[in-house]
Amino acid sequence: MAKKTAEEFAKEQKAISISEFFEKNKHLLGFDNPTKALLMAVKEAVDNSLDACEEAGILPEITVKIKNIKEDVFEITVSDNGPGIVKEQIPRVFGKLLYGSKFHRLRQSRGQQGIGISSVTLYSQLTTGEPTCIWSKVESQKKVHYVELHLNTVTNEPDILKEEDIEKDILDEHGIRVLMTLHGRYRKTVEDYLKQTSISNPFAKISYTSPDGTKKMFPRSIEELPKPPKIMKPHPYGVEFGTLQRMLQKTSSRTLQSFLTNEFSSVGSQSAKEICKVAKVADDVKPVEMDRATVEKVLKAMQSVKIQRPPVDCLSPIGDAELEKSLKKEYPNAEFVTTITREPDVYRGFPFLVEIGIVYGFVEEANGKKKEEDEETNESVELIRFANRVPLMYQQSACALTDAVKQVDWKRYNMDQKSGTLPSGPMKLVVHICSVWVPFVSESKEAVASYPEIIKETKLGIQDAGRKLSSYLSGKRRAGEQKRRLQIFDRYAPEIANALAMLTKTEHKSIEKKLKDLIASRIHIKDDVEDSESELQPKQEEKKVLAKTQPKK
Amino acid sequence: MMIMTQETRHANEVRKELEKLGEKIVAEIEKKENPNIEIPIRALSNVVFDKKSNQLTLGDKTAKRYFFNVAHSKKFMQSLLVASFAKSLIDENIHASIRDMYYNLKRTIDDSNENTFDEQSESDPIIVDIEVALDVLREQLHLTTDRKGIVAGNVIIRDRGDDIDWSRLGSGGWSIPSTVEEVEFKKVDAKFVLVVEKNAGFERLHEDKFWQKQKCILIGTGGQPSRGARLLIQRLNDEYDLPVYVFCDNDAYGYYIYSVIKSGSISLAHVSDRIATPEAKFLGLTTSDVFKYDLKKATIKAKEVDIKRAKELLEYEWFSKNPKWQKEINLMIEKGVKAEIEALSHKGLKFMSEVYLPDKLKNKDFLD
Repeated sequence: MAKKTAEEFAKEQKAISISEFFEKNKHLLGFDNPTKALLMAVKEAVDNSLDACEEAGILPEITVKIKNIKEDVFEITVSDNGPGIVKEQIPRVFGKLLYGSKFHRLRQSRGQQGIGISSVTLYSQLTTGEPTCIWSKVESQKKVHYVELHLNTVTNEPDILKEEDIEKDILDEHGIRVLMTLHGRYRKTVEDYLKQTSISNPFAKISYTSPDGTKKMFPRSIEELPKPPKIMKPHPYGVEFGTLQRMLQKTSSRTLQSFLTNEFSSVGSQSAKEICKVAKVADDVKPVEMDRATVEKVLKAMQSVKIQRPPVDCLSPIGDAELEKSLKKEYPNAEFVTTITREPDVYRGFPFLVEIGIVYGFVEEANGKKKEEDEETNESVELIRFANRVPLMYQQSACALTDAVKQVDWKRYNMDQKSGTLPSGPMKLVVHICSVWVPFVSESKEAVASYPEIIKETKLGIQDAGRKLSSYLSGKRRAGEQKRRLQIFDRYAPEIANALAMLTKTEHKSIEKKLKDLIASRIHIKDDVEDSESELQPKQEEKKVLAKTQPKK
Repeated sequence: MMIMTQETRHANEVRKELEKLGEKIVAEIEKKENPNIEIPIRALSNVVFDKKSNQLTLGDKTAKRYFFNVAHSKKFMQSLLVASFAKSLIDENIHASIRDMYYNLKRTIDDSNENTFDEQSESDPIIVDIEVALDVLREQLHLTTDRKGIVAGNVIIRDRGDDIDWSRLGSGGWSIPSTVEEVEFKKVDAKFVLVVEKNAGFERLHEDKFWQKQKCILIGTGGQPSRGARLLIQRLNDEYDLPVYVFCDNDAYGYYIYSVIKSGSISLAHVSDRIATPEAKFLGLTTSDVFKYDLKKATIKAKEVDIKRAKELLEYEWFSKNPKWQKEINLMIEKGVKAEIEALSHKGLKFMSEVYLPDKLKNKDFLD
């Protein structure tokens, strides 16, 4: 066999398109199996709708419908009342990977990379060959714009199959409807996802029709949108070399000092001068003229100088009152609900914030059968994780939030727990992390990466909420004991009344009534009398001594 | 014509005590207080040795059993059940055994799966609680136990309307009932009372007509004496001034039986003054007797537990203050032997009644 020359190799070597790469690595985007694929499609569309509505200041109304059109092929329709997308943008939003508005800015949002919905288009065409159909209505246009498209895996560009304006009034004033057809398998996780989404987005109204035609409504629990989060300039602690270099090239600032104060958050002229001093770089050097070695020195200095923490108005937590309302709406039978919104903290220069919700003692309809309230359960609590209001449905055990829950000593809060595991009991535990940049373990965004600051804050939040739970549980325990105590007295009352009637020759009914009244009047009184009862009769050891004195038979 | 007998007088007093208990609790209920029964504590911590009377008696520590205390509530209820049961017995002038009472009161409480009493071992101590709380005897509550103990002698008594002559009961003797309070003595012709620990010893002496020859009353207790037997001994001592001699095995158990007759027991310390006989003396068998009467071959080697028990007895207040007893018990420990009263038969079947006992009595060879 002839040897290949370098030239021949060169003919074979070519750029791999991103689309081709993802086609071969579907799992990296979360399409590992048919069940997950179906959920991913719903999730990407719903997340986008929520982001769009929130940014446009519209209270979201989202409709999700799943139809099983044949065997393992499903049609998923998601519509919203968002602002819609102008016709020029539609193809790229739905038909080009890594296209989006959210990647290049630091602001809390559900989507981050601009991969999500276009990857669904890609997955749909790979599994069924069907195009993704989009209807869009923007307020300024009279007609609904309709597009059918594929994603060209070689060029990573949209292939438009059909495009037209239609008169038919299928959307309100504004909004988007997207229809995707793909191979999938239907599981209840879709409904769980929507339910959890409704918890973390209490201002959203979601209606859902499952493949068997069952309709389900997730109403709003609050009527107001959260305050829109601000876009944040990067914080010096969170910048990497490449980013810094790009910023230096693009800046309009003329000196290093002004570059630092203008382009970064929390950097005043004091800190800027300090950075220059530590880096041993003149503060009036022109940013565009800095060489690689200088940039490195500056970067190092930026991360060693003490700088104020970043501003936190770029975060949009659910809010403890809102989360509580939302949880009470979703679990109306819960005995006890408590929520905590922690103060923001920072990891690697990115502000983040943790919220905790505890729902205890819910009575749930399981298979139409009501669970008994007192039924002992050894099942682990249900952990509901959110990142920027998005439910994290998979990879629970790989997630830093889960680790934090396991590290907490739940026994302190009157919960059962085998050490190092999730606690057990009738409880749902909500953990929400929001950040301008949530560090995920992978692109499928299912598990939060383990940063010590994130674990620490999560634990502190759980401990705050745990203390409230603990005081509720010990109160409940006391009340339970009180109830049992009174039951004992009530049980003996008739016997006592009869005996007293015999001893005093009075009518037992009247004694019994007085006794029962007395018991009722003592509901809040504990056994406050000394317990000398145990001394009344000879103790066990003494009895043994006495027994020994009996002669053998 | 209604004659106020001793029996009815007792009954009225006890009935009154029971009624007072009920009225006190009803009053507490009406005053919205925590109903309770005050009961003297019967644990060792409250049992004292009264040096004046040489008896074990209860100290003055009491405890209250409250209705509104989860730990007490059931016993409170049980105490009232027992009290009301006793009252109904007295009202109807009938007696019941403590086992009858247990079965009569045992039932499942309405709307629950809990029983008023689960075992007789629950109801028995409650009876004693009522006794000490009201300062009455179980016999006065018309509660009886099994008959235990036999008696023979030149005595005529009246029991529930029948005259009984203890000298004319053939081979059996009279079984001592659990209640002897109400027994009336009509004729007592005896110089002393001889209490024998074992029924076999009683049979031997009865057959030998020992009580006739020695002019005594012979009582066999069949082991630890019952309350009835103790009360009978006490009454004969108290009412007829008869000396009481106790004849037991030579071992720690025998000594303890003597101490129970003499000073009372820990578990019945509350009734010591009514059923103990402080004047009782220990006749035998002693370790010294074993050597004196050459019974060495009929002894049994003392086991570890016998020695241990004997050492405990040395510490008992009523033995520790007595040098003679200290000497005897120490001798027994030293020799490491014990002897049953039947050991005397080693010297011939009639040795006990014809040699040993007359000898001891004549020499007044007793331990106090």
